[in-house]
Amino acid sequence: MTNGVAELEGSDAIFIIGSNTATSHPLVATRIFRAIENGAKVLVADPRKNQIAQFAHLYVRHKPGTDVALLNGMMKVILDRGLADRAFIDANTEGFTEFKTLIDQVSLEDCAAITGVPVSQIEELAQIYGKADRGSIVYCMGITQHTNGVNNVKSLANLAMVTGNIGREGTGVNPLRGQNNVQGACDMGGLPNVFPGYQPVTLGAASKKFADAWGKDTLPTNIGLTIPEMFSAIEKDKMQGLWIMGENPVVSDPDADHVKKALEDIEFLVVQDIFMTPTARLADVVLPGASFAEKDGTFANTERRVMRVRKAIDPVGESKADWEIIQEISTRFGLSMAYAGPSEIFDEIARLTPSYSGISYDRLEGDGIQWPCPTPAHPGTPYLHKDGHFTRGKGLFHAVEYKGPAEVVDEAYPFWMTTGRVYAHYHTGTMTRNSAALDREVSEGFLEINPADAAALDILDGQKICVASRRGEIETRIMITDRVEKGVVFMPFHFEEANVNKLTNPAYDPIAKIPELKVCAVSLTKV
Amino acid sequence: MDYQNILTTCTYCGCGCNFFLEVLDGKLVGTIPCKTSPVNEGKLCIKGWNVHQFVQSENRLTHPMIRKNGVLEKVSWDEAFDYTASRLSEIKAEKGSDAIGFLTSAKVTNEENYLLQKFARAGVGTNNIDHCARL
Repeated sequence: MTNGVAELEGSDAIFIIGSNTATSHPLVATRIFRAIENGAKVLVADPRKNQIAQFAHLYVRHKPGTDVALLNGMMKVILDRGLADRAFIDANTEGFTEFKTLIDQVSLEDCAAITGVPVSQIEELAQIYGKADRGSIVYCMGITQHTNGVNNVKSLANLAMVTGNIGREGTGVNPLRGQNNVQGACDMGGLPNVFPGYQPVTLGAASKKFADAWGKDTLPTNIGLTIPEMFSAIEKDKMQGLWIMGENPVVSDPDADHVKKALEDIEFLVVQDIFMTPTARLADVVLPGASFAEKDGTFANTERRVMRVRKAIDPVGESKADWEIIQEISTRFGLSMAYAGPSEIFDEIARLTPSYSGISYDRLEGDGIQWPCPTPAHPGTPYLHKDGHFTRGKGLFHAVEYKGPAEVVDEAYPFWMTTGRVYAHYHTGTMTRNSAALDREVSEGFLEINPADAAALDILDGQKICVASRRGEIETRIMITDRVEKGVVFMPFHFEEANVNKLTNPAYDPIAKIPELKVCAVSLTKV
Repeated sequence: MDYQNILTTCTYCGCGCNFFLEVLDGKLVGTIPCKTSPVNEGKLCIKGWNVHQFVQSENRLTHPMIRKNGVLEKVSWDEAFDYTASRLSEIKAEKGSDAIGFLTSAKVTNEENYLLQKFARAGVGTNNIDHCARL
């Protein structure tokens, strides 16, 4: 997030798109509810009328994968009606002319036809967000898990810049991070192209700095493989060893049968986890890690706040903290590691990562610290791009044309499928389904379907149905609801026995390599 | 009886709520939201209130295992560490560094993510490291 969560309470308008906030980020939703009490207007755009949509001033239901068309329509209205912040644009951005040329050619009627959202609603969205003094954009995987995910995000950045809604309290472009430490995993260089602190592996100076710190002459400078590329490499027999720590790709990744086959075929698979997940069942070596309650460390939350994790109990059974497991194997492999504990590892991180340089365990005893925090005296940074000073210098507009999803409905697969979470469960269910209270709340998967579609298929609430895509088929029960419109169905992805990711499309965004989990075409058959 | 409350950060979503884990004689018995937390100000969602439940589940993995004759068998940590290190060394020697990949995790700590990418880059010598940020 460019801005802090608590700042939402002071926003005048909050535009939520592709985020099931009340279900997936309940304590962010709390701030949005307070903002409504404070007089803010909340706008929600989502193919599924999720819980927070019920509290919105305006909810619009756009068709899956049509976000760019909706956003370009909004920006057309903003430019045509003089709602753009020309002073901000002139002082702090570049690329506006090319962007405006594209938007000038956009027709609102075309946007309405593509998205299914009436012109009047596109206009109202633009008026409310465009006129806000402090407008905040909140989004989640509904924006990013598309073959044009990067373009969706660039469009949201355009929307914030064209109205000057960035670099001030209560504004910003705010992705909600789905996992407790996905921010930290990225910050720490758990990515194929960057060292900790997003320092490129291809940059000579960064490579030399890390090589010196780690006692090596050189480090590899070629960009590594992303997860989908690793599975392809395994298939082509170019990768023989894979070490998976705390992930469950057999359930979480698209085209799950394909992923499972790759993991069955690989020569040597190590899985380090706290439960015997469907992924761990395929391993050659299973290493039992300790849970968050059994070790010390830090997490970075969605607003870049680095906070302490503290050991409450000893590791269960013979399990060990993941850092101890890595340290032992690394040392036996030939790269000696002898850290006394997580605090010592953190100090090494701070020495090598500019955005974490001023942070130490001593300073994390209070509220935590939001990075960037470059020096020990620095208080941290609640919001980024202050006064229009962007990380790259000027904020860059991108002219983004609408492009549809990779797979579209046809006669054989006539329903749009989209996926998400339910309130009682978390991701692949490894933890929540092992919690008695949460398992009692929702114990099996389901498919949400519009009443008209259910009637046409002659199926009743709770009946079983076969759901198929070009990649696989599963059986699950139906839940009849008008949360989804006619022609669109929804499934949560927590349940391995009705794993919707056997159906989802692995086609991915060319830049971010993120798969299009939010849109695929399926057929439904009564069983 | 030994009763303690340990302040920590939630392991579920990216909100990063703070709470106290209640520990009675070395066992987790409950979760109490932290009222002074800048993130959750004394509130929790249904997952947070029940976060202590999965930790001591009887389904937890408690021993390292190695697949022998097609079946995963319990082994000592020493055997698991030695076997893993030697198999990775063999693959590197035969097929090169880029024949090995790593999936690190949005569930583990910063320190653990840092160590695994350090091992991948400085130990094995590959940038083949990624995690579920996209999933």
